[in-house]
Amino acid sequence: MTDPAVEFRNVSMRFGDKVALQDIDLAIEEGSFVVLLGPSGGGKTTLLNILGGFLAPSSGQVFIKGSEVTHVPPARRPTTTVFQDYALFPHMSIAANVGFGLKMRGVPKAERAARVEKALEMVGLGHTALRRIHELSGGQRQRIALARALVVEPSVLLLDEPLGALDLKLRRQMQEELKAIQKRVGTTFVHVTHDQEEAMAIGDVIVVMNDGSIEDWGSPERVYLQPASRFTANFMGDNNLIEGRVTRVAGDRVEVATAFGSFLLPGTAESGASVALSLRPEHLHPETAAGRVTLGQGRVVEAGFFGTHHQCSVALAGHEDVLKLRLPQKRLVQPGESLGLYADPADMVLITR
Amino acid sequence: MPAALLHALRALPIWLYVLLLYGFIFLPVGVLVLFSFQESRIPVPPFNGPSLRWYEAVFSDPRMMDALANSVAVALLSSLVAVVLGFLAAYALARHRLPLAGLLQGFLTAPLTVSYLIIAMGLLITFNQLGVPKSLLTVGIGHVVINLPLCFAILYSQMGEHQANIERAARDLGAREWQVLVLVTVPMMWPALFASFFLSVTFSWDEFIIAFMVSRFDVTLPVEIWSMLRTGLNPKTNAVGSFVFLISIATVLILDLVILRSRKA
Repeated sequence: MTDPAVEFRNVSMRFGDKVALQDIDLAIEEGSFVVLLGPSGGGKTTLLNILGGFLAPSSGQVFIKGSEVTHVPPARRPTTTVFQDYALFPHMSIAANVGFGLKMRGVPKAERAARVEKALEMVGLGHTALRRIHELSGGQRQRIALARALVVEPSVLLLDEPLGALDLKLRRQMQEELKAIQKRVGTTFVHVTHDQEEAMAIGDVIVVMNDGSIEDWGSPERVYLQPASRFTANFMGDNNLIEGRVTRVAGDRVEVATAFGSFLLPGTAESGASVALSLRPEHLHPETAAGRVTLGQGRVVEAGFFGTHHQCSVALAGHEDVLKLRLPQKRLVQPGESLGLYADPADMVLITR
Repeated sequence: MPAALLHALRALPIWLYVLLLYGFIFLPVGVLVLFSFQESRIPVPPFNGPSLRWYEAVFSDPRMMDALANSVAVALLSSLVAVVLGFLAAYALARHRLPLAGLLQGFLTAPLTVSYLIIAMGLLITFNQLGVPKSLLTVGIGHVVINLPLCFAILYSQMGEHQANIERAARDLGAREWQVLVLVTVPMMWPALFASFFLSVTFSWDEFIIAFMVSRFDVTLPVEIWSMLRTGLNPKTNAVGSFVFLISIATVLILDLVILRSRKA
């Protein structure tokens, strides 16, 4: 068995009284694109800084390809970082920026020039080598920062919310490019973001972090479709969380009693336990079909058009909470309209945490 | 037309005010410069120049020229020392968590609020106690004392979180501490270093009280001018005064050009 590209063992971080990270255990597979996702203050940037060597953990160990690096300074780690504000050297040409890491490693001038050129071509900026940093746009600076970090061929590339400062369209485009470049170079990427759409678009593995702990981790499909906790279910896209209680356990199925009725669905939980059902808006329908059960009759409170669909909030008679659902693009909907709501219990996910 | 006239009339008091204000500031200097070109021996109206004879007298006076050389040496060397010390102090306080950082910073900037006279007296007493003879060296030390806080304040204000991140990037790419300083921090801070150096030079160049109190045989230009003034006014003092003013203006202009250029970049 080969060593994982990165391994955190029992890593904790405290700043004074504040606990920023609590017993983090995480192994990152070689060559994967891992996204650390979570709200601000969740600990994801702290974890990245510990991996980059900018912070030493209060306790625990960090390994890169099997060797311990917990207290190795950034300069001597096989990691490089793409910073949120790019942190390019304003007084150097673009070629000098990209070549900086190679120069520090004592790579001879001729080889350095060749590798810088190749790195610039990789990010699509081969023609800009002699320009100055301030002549570039935000997206171009982003690419230079990427080229500068990748040219030294790190074992792990760290990306600290690198797309945060770009406008939406450019951000989507850079996501695709990042993904393509990662596939091409095969380097392990660890990317921090608070944007769950970005996380799903680029990550092979998503690690959801909250309050200094790992809430959930797995493939984007797994984390989105089978969220492990209430936090993940709410944080990953729009969702309806329906609180309930387990009334009966039957083999690998449980019956959950909620304000909207009792549902029999797959999962394991103890009888009497307080649980939640995650029901995505796209799994709630205004008409019945085979396998669907009724949740009740409701009235549309709010409706908005999102291009690909209409999103509405529906208040069910006798309930305080509203349920979110998606209606097809061409289905016109008005606030005040009355709707029957149906869902397939197979689409409901049992959440015990 | 009447409307335009009315508008012009309304603007008149404003222009009058501007004229008075600038006159108040620049008239003395203007008079000084004008009568440095006086032909006769007394710098009072009527003006009967222009003549360069007094400039000639200044530049052929060996005592004046010695004082000029002393002033240049003291200004350049003391400013260099002030910038280097100010930079190191600013770097330490901006980049590291030091115990009592607030207090250290307070003590570094405090001399800005103390009058030059008090500083000069303090230095004089200290040098006397230590048995350090009064010389150009003590003048230079005095000028470092007044300029170091200024250099520190300018440089510290320019070392923000963004700059710290750029240094972090350099470390991340394998640079050692000295390489970070030499290859990244200093070049990145170049405009601020330049500005604090030139400001120090102008302050040292026309500083009088400290230079007067802690010097003895070798003196700087302002002290030489003062001893010349004691024998009475003559256009030669105007000429050397104009020259000092010209150098100060030139330094400020260079500074302005460099800062403006770096702002645009």
